[in-house]
Amino acid sequence: MTIVEDNRHLRGALLPILHALQEEFGYIDEQAIPLLATELNLSRADVHGVVSFYHEFRREKPGRHIIKVCRAEACQSMGANALVDHVKKRLQVDFHGTTADGAFTLEPVFCLGNCALSPAVMIDENLHGRVSPDRFDALAAETRANPTAHQQIPRALSHKDSHKGHAQ
Amino acid sequence: MSGHLITVFVPRDSAALSVGADAVAAAIRAEAARRDLPLRIVRNGSRGMLYLEPLVEVETADGRVAYGPVTPADVPGLFDAGFLTGGDHALGHGLTEEIPYFKKQERLTFARCGIIDPLSVEDYRAHGGFRGLENALAMSQAEIVKAVTDSGLRGRGGAGFPTGIKWNTVMQAKADEKFVCCNADEGDSGTFADRMIIEGDPFCLIEGMTIAAIAVGATSGYVYMRSEYPHATATLRHAIKLAYDEGWLGDNIHGTNRTFHLDVRVGAGAYICGEETAMLESLEGKRGMVRAKPPLPALEGLFGKPTVVNNVLSLCSVPIILDKGGDYYRDFGVGRSRGTLPFQLAGNIRNGGIVEKAFGITLHELLYDFGGGTITGRPIRAVQVGGPLGAYLPPSQFDLPKDYEAFAAQEAMVGHGGIVVFDDSVDMAQQARFAMEFCVAESCGKCTPCRIGSTRGMETLDKIIAGKNVDANLELLADLCDVMVDGSLCAMGGMTPYPVRSAVKHFPEDFRKKQHAVRVTHIAAE
Repeated sequence: MTIVEDNRHLRGALLPILHALQEEFGYIDEQAIPLLATELNLSRADVHGVVSFYHEFRREKPGRHIIKVCRAEACQSMGANALVDHVKKRLQVDFHGTTADGAFTLEPVFCLGNCALSPAVMIDENLHGRVSPDRFDALAAETRANPTAHQQIPRALSHKDSHKGHAQ
Repeated sequence: MSGHLITVFVPRDSAALSVGADAVAAAIRAEAARRDLPLRIVRNGSRGMLYLEPLVEVETADGRVAYGPVTPADVPGLFDAGFLTGGDHALGHGLTEEIPYFKKQERLTFARCGIIDPLSVEDYRAHGGFRGLENALAMSQAEIVKAVTDSGLRGRGGAGFPTGIKWNTVMQAKADEKFVCCNADEGDSGTFADRMIIEGDPFCLIEGMTIAAIAVGATSGYVYMRSEYPHATATLRHAIKLAYDEGWLGDNIHGTNRTFHLDVRVGAGAYICGEETAMLESLEGKRGMVRAKPPLPALEGLFGKPTVVNNVLSLCSVPIILDKGGDYYRDFGVGRSRGTLPFQLAGNIRNGGIVEKAFGITLHELLYDFGGGTITGRPIRAVQVGGPLGAYLPPSQFDLPKDYEAFAAQEAMVGHGGIVVFDDSVDMAQQARFAMEFCVAESCGKCTPCRIGSTRGMETLDKIIAGKNVDANLELLADLCDVMVDGSLCAMGGMTPYPVRSAVKHFPEDFRKKQHAVRVTHIAAE
C-alpha cells in the first residue's frame, strides 16, 4: 500500500494510483478495488467505475511485453487493417489476448501520434513506424530474444521522480 | 576544424526514434570513436520533416547541414564523405533551412522545435525563451489578456474559441483558487503536433501556461497527457523539474510575488477525455463523462473552480505573442483566422510532417506542394481533415482555404490541423463504418444518440455494405445522423456523423458496390 501512501496527497488521486499499480503489477487486480475504496473514502462502485471506464487499465495479468497496434485512420490509409490481420495470425491471439508462451499481450490502440510514418506499433514503451508485416516479425523476434535490446524510458524520468513540490 | 568540437544533431522525437534514431546516434558515436574524431551529439526535437527521419544535422560555419533518412548502415559512408564538415553524400539535403519544405513555412509556434536541446534551459533562453514570460511578469493581468485578445488567437484544439475571451472570463471570476489546465490529450488520428512540441520544446508549453496563470490569477495547473505518449510525458516531467530548479515555476517566480505550480497527469486511453469537461472529470480522478454546459469551465471548472482549459498549441502560441506583441501575431492569417497553424500531413503522403503556415493556405498546396502526393504513387481520392470527427473531402474541394469559417461551411473542421490522406484504394463505406465503430468504442455513454446511435449506425452501414435495402437504409442512416448531431452534448456524438455524411455525399458509389454486384449477377443469371 505504499503506492497509495505515495499518491494520497494528490488531488484526484485515483488515476495516478491506478497507473502506479498497473506499472508495478501489470494490471489492476480485483482485490485492489475494495482496498482503494476504503483508503480513498470512495465507494467500490466508484473505483470499479473508473477502472472499467478507461481502456488502458487491464484487469488480467498481461504477457511480458505489450504490443499495441494502431487502428486509426492514418494507419488504415497505409494498410493497418492488413497488419492487424497479420499480427493476430502470427501471434495466434485476438486483441486483448496473450500468447501461449506468455511473451506478448496484443492490444488495439487509436493513434500513437506517429501518423506521418504509418502504420505504427508500440512495443512496451517503444514506438515503431512504417511497420510492414516483415518488420513486425523482426521486431517481435528481437523483443522475444533479447528484451533488453529495446531502449526503455529511463525510470528516473518516469512519474515516480517528477516534481511533487506542491502537495496540497 | 582543430580545437573546435563539431556538433551533430540526432532527434529524440518519438517519430524519429520509431524509425531508428537511437541506433543512428549510437552508430555515429561508435564510428567517431573508431576514427578518433571528437564530436558532441545533441538529441534535439524533430524539424518536422518526418519523411526524412532520422534526420541527422551537422553544425557548420554556414549553418546546419542535413542528411536523411539515415540508417546505422549509412554512417561509415557519411564519415567517408566528410559529413562532419558538410560534405556531399547521396543522403545530403544541403542546409536544413534551405530545404524548400522547411523554408516555405512560417514557424512561430514551432520556431525552436528541432533547433534546440529540448531539455536545456540555457538553450531555450538563447533562442528567445522566457522573454514572453518576463514581459508578462511586468504587466497587469488585464494587459496580458488584452495582448492575447488582440492577437486573434483562437483555440487550436478544434473548436476555435477566442483564447483572450476565455481568459478574460476566468480573470474576472471571483474565487479563492483558479486553475490552468492544458489539454494534451491529442487523440485525433493524423495529429502529432502536441506530441512534437512537447518533446521538442517543452519549456514553450511551460512558459505559455505560466503566462496564462499570471493573466487569470491561477496558482496551480495541470497538463493532461495521453498514456499513448510515454516519451512526451517523460520529457515534460523532466522539463518541469528543470523549470522548478531554475525558478521559472513555483513560489515567487524569478523574485516576483507570482506563484504557479505545474504538474502532469496521464489519461488512460479514453478518446473522450480530449473533450474539455470530460478531461476535467478525469483530472478529478473520475470517469471521463462529459458535463453539460453551462456552467462553463471558465467559471466552474476543475474542482468547481474557474479554470482556463487550453490546447497545447494555443498555449505554445502565447509566449511569442507576449514576446513580440499581439499585432505581430495577428498580421499572419486571413479573415477571423489569425496567426499560424501547424498543419500535420499524415497517412498516405509522400512528405509527411509538420507544415506551419498562416491560415488561408489551401489543401491543394499542403497536399501537393508540401506533401508531394501519396507515398504509394496512386492518386489521392479523399482526405480527412480535423480528426476522426472531421469530414472526408474529395479532390474537388482541395481549393478550400484553411480557415475556420470556410471549413465549417462544409461541415469540415480545421480542427487541430491534422490531414489524413487516402489513395484510390480506399473504400469510403468502410471508412464511414469505422467512424461509427470508433464512436461505439469511445462514447462516454452519457447521451443516448451517441451511445446507442453509433451501434445502430454501424449495423445500418453493415447492411448497406452488404447491399441490403440500400436506399431505405441510407435514408435511415441520414435520419440517425440528424438525431446524433442534434441530440448529443459534445462533439463525439455531435460530429461522428460528419465523416459518415461526407462519405455518403462525396463518394456515393462506394455505398452501392454490393448492390451493383448483386444486380449484375442477376442480369448474368437471366
